[in-house]
Amino acid sequence: MSVQSPPSGWFHWPQGHERLWIGLALIWCLIMSVMMPYWHFFGKQNSTGESYAVHPKVFVERTERFVQANTVGEFQGMPLVEPAPGGDAYLLARMWSWYPTLKLRQGETYRIHMSSADIQHGFSLQPMNMNFQVIPGYDHVLTITPTSSGEFTIVCNEFCGLGHHAMIGKIIVE
Amino acid sequence: MSSNTQMTEGRTRQCDTTGLPVCLDAQFFIKINAVMAVVFLLLGGIGALLLALTRWPAIKLLDATWFYRILTFHGLNMLIFWILFMEVAILYFVGTTLLKTKLFSKKLAWVGFALMLSGAVMADYIIMAGKADVMMTSYLPLLAHPLFYLGIILFAVGALVAVFNFFGGVWVAWKSRSYGHTMPLVAFGGVIAAVIAVVALLHGAIAMIPTFTFAMGWTLEPDPMWYRMIWWGLGHQTQQVNVVAMVSVWYLMSHLTSGGIVINETVSRGAFLLYVLFINLASAHHLLVDPGVGATWKIWNTSYAMYLAVLASLIHGFTVPAGLEAGMRMKGYTKGIFGWLWNAPWKNPGFSGFFLSLVIFGFIGGITGVTLGTQQINILAHNTLRITGHFHSTVVGGTSLAFMGLTYYVVPLIFQREYSFKWLARIQPYIFALGIVLLSLGMSFAGSTGVARRSWDIDAAGIYGATSHLMLGIVGIGGVLAFIGLLIYVLLTVHAVFFGKKNVGRAIDDWGTPKTIALTEENREAREIHKKGNAPGTMVLVLVLLACFVVYYFANWKALADLWHVR
Repeated sequence: MSVQSPPSGWFHWPQGHERLWIGLALIWCLIMSVMMPYWHFFGKQNSTGESYAVHPKVFVERTERFVQANTVGEFQGMPLVEPAPGGDAYLLARMWSWYPTLKLRQGETYRIHMSSADIQHGFSLQPMNMNFQVIPGYDHVLTITPTSSGEFTIVCNEFCGLGHHAMIGKIIVE
Repeated sequence: MSSNTQMTEGRTRQCDTTGLPVCLDAQFFIKINAVMAVVFLLLGGIGALLLALTRWPAIKLLDATWFYRILTFHGLNMLIFWILFMEVAILYFVGTTLLKTKLFSKKLAWVGFALMLSGAVMADYIIMAGKADVMMTSYLPLLAHPLFYLGIILFAVGALVAVFNFFGGVWVAWKSRSYGHTMPLVAFGGVIAAVIAVVALLHGAIAMIPTFTFAMGWTLEPDPMWYRMIWWGLGHQTQQVNVVAMVSVWYLMSHLTSGGIVINETVSRGAFLLYVLFINLASAHHLLVDPGVGATWKIWNTSYAMYLAVLASLIHGFTVPAGLEAGMRMKGYTKGIFGWLWNAPWKNPGFSGFFLSLVIFGFIGGITGVTLGTQQINILAHNTLRITGHFHSTVVGGTSLAFMGLTYYVVPLIFQREYSFKWLARIQPYIFALGIVLLSLGMSFAGSTGVARRSWDIDAAGIYGATSHLMLGIVGIGGVLAFIGLLIYVLLTVHAVFFGKKNVGRAIDDWGTPKTIALTEENREAREIHKKGNAPGTMVLVLVLLACFVVYYFANWKALADLWHVR
């Protein structure tokens, strides 16, 4: 009984249904364990955490240089910036905006550098529902290939103060 | 209990119901810790109601400032204060009554209690004063008033003192073998929970102390990524403490309400050991889409060596209902595969609280938790309401509900007072469970449509449609229902503690325990199949669980495969 000391000689290997279930559960756990390394090598969606130390001020400067060199227009008051396919793009999170608006091409691959100028933010791309953490001091690089086109919205999903819910950005894919 | 008996050192009484020895000093500290637990549950519950009525788009009760303030308040009061006060009460109970020993130290118990209470009051005060709108996690560089961190540090140190007071009692009992040859399973679970609690609370101290000194202006700012990793060593591992405490309570309540047994002590104890051995880097689950840590680190620490801690939960998910099935079959309820289940005491709130907790934890909390905590699938879920949906079905539908069920026995057995309005107590677990299930599912589906957690408003983004709004409405309705269930629990318990009929000198009122029936030679085999490790009804239940798990898990991989390519 669970509240009394069990009688001596309580050590028994599992048998019957109990043993069957432990076996099934263990197999399932092994399948789940193998799925992650499998997907790492063969799947197309991975979070590798590629990142570099960067001072927030330096990241802001890099973003400004990127914007100046690649701006192709304006979108809702924000510079519309088109990086070269295969090249680097910068996305700066700060209270409470995503800067700038990126213009990407479907099927091309980009290295998007994300970081914050102030506190932590959450990169949540909708309606895809892809989510990554943005942390000041860390240049978080996503090697990303848009597989669909249209207007996508970046929602901030890490609490960042009173304007958090209105911290919205855009990515345009053609 | 009279003040006279409190003054007397080390006196015990014999429980009039179970015959177990109850240390009167321990009884006093079980009482005051349980009372504080219920007080903080009520505070956190009022917060929960306000939050549910704010995220319900049609109502949107609070303004943004107060929403984030109450969200911080709700998280701390529920996840830390309510649960840890209750767990200290449980540790003092299993560490004395089940081990047949006395409270190790009254002084330590007072020190622990005073630290916990002053820390909790300090943190709550500073939040309500508007100086710590940083969420429970207080991610740097977001900074709160220093007293916020000091409050949490004091609380954690107090809890640590209580845990070591428990270990002191275990050590004395172990040396004298007061409990007999082998430690009872529920006490063994308590020891396991306490070991994980020490690891968790040490992480809390390591994360919080430099943050406190930084807030005071004494030291440099800790690295935000370092903070996340260490903080979740507290944040996640306290949830593992909750899991282990809850599983121990399941074993206890199965036995108290229905005569459930332990089919195989080796298996149940081995599963508890797996928690200690394989749970340690669970903070990784919160860093799966972070910079700063690489894929190898993430994948290894996600499955902490072959998911053996998940295996532990899957094993308990079998052994607990199987022990119940065996106990009921031994009483003669052998009809069909599920005769034992239909005849279980569903009107006994101790039973319904425990069994609903088991079902909600397993079918909703466990399946979603392992799936969302899969390294790559986390891309689909991180910081969305899916996460909140998951942990409300583990820590609320699971742990809190199990603790509520336990309370219906703690008050009569330890406070020696009977509940009034028993009919209301009998439906309370169902109301609470229904509310939490609606809340969790609403959150999970809203999160699947991309709705963020910890967000006051979803309309500014201009992208969330009718489904998201509907799901948030369901969150609101579930929240209100769960709050009603919580309020009934608090009011009934407070009433019983202060005005309940005394039951000193007699057994407690029976909430409804299945009676032994028709033990014939013909049903002997059906009564004793557990001796061969068999439990056919439970086997069917866990196979259904596994089927749901597999479908949900691979459906999420499918959804992941539809996303943009990223690495």
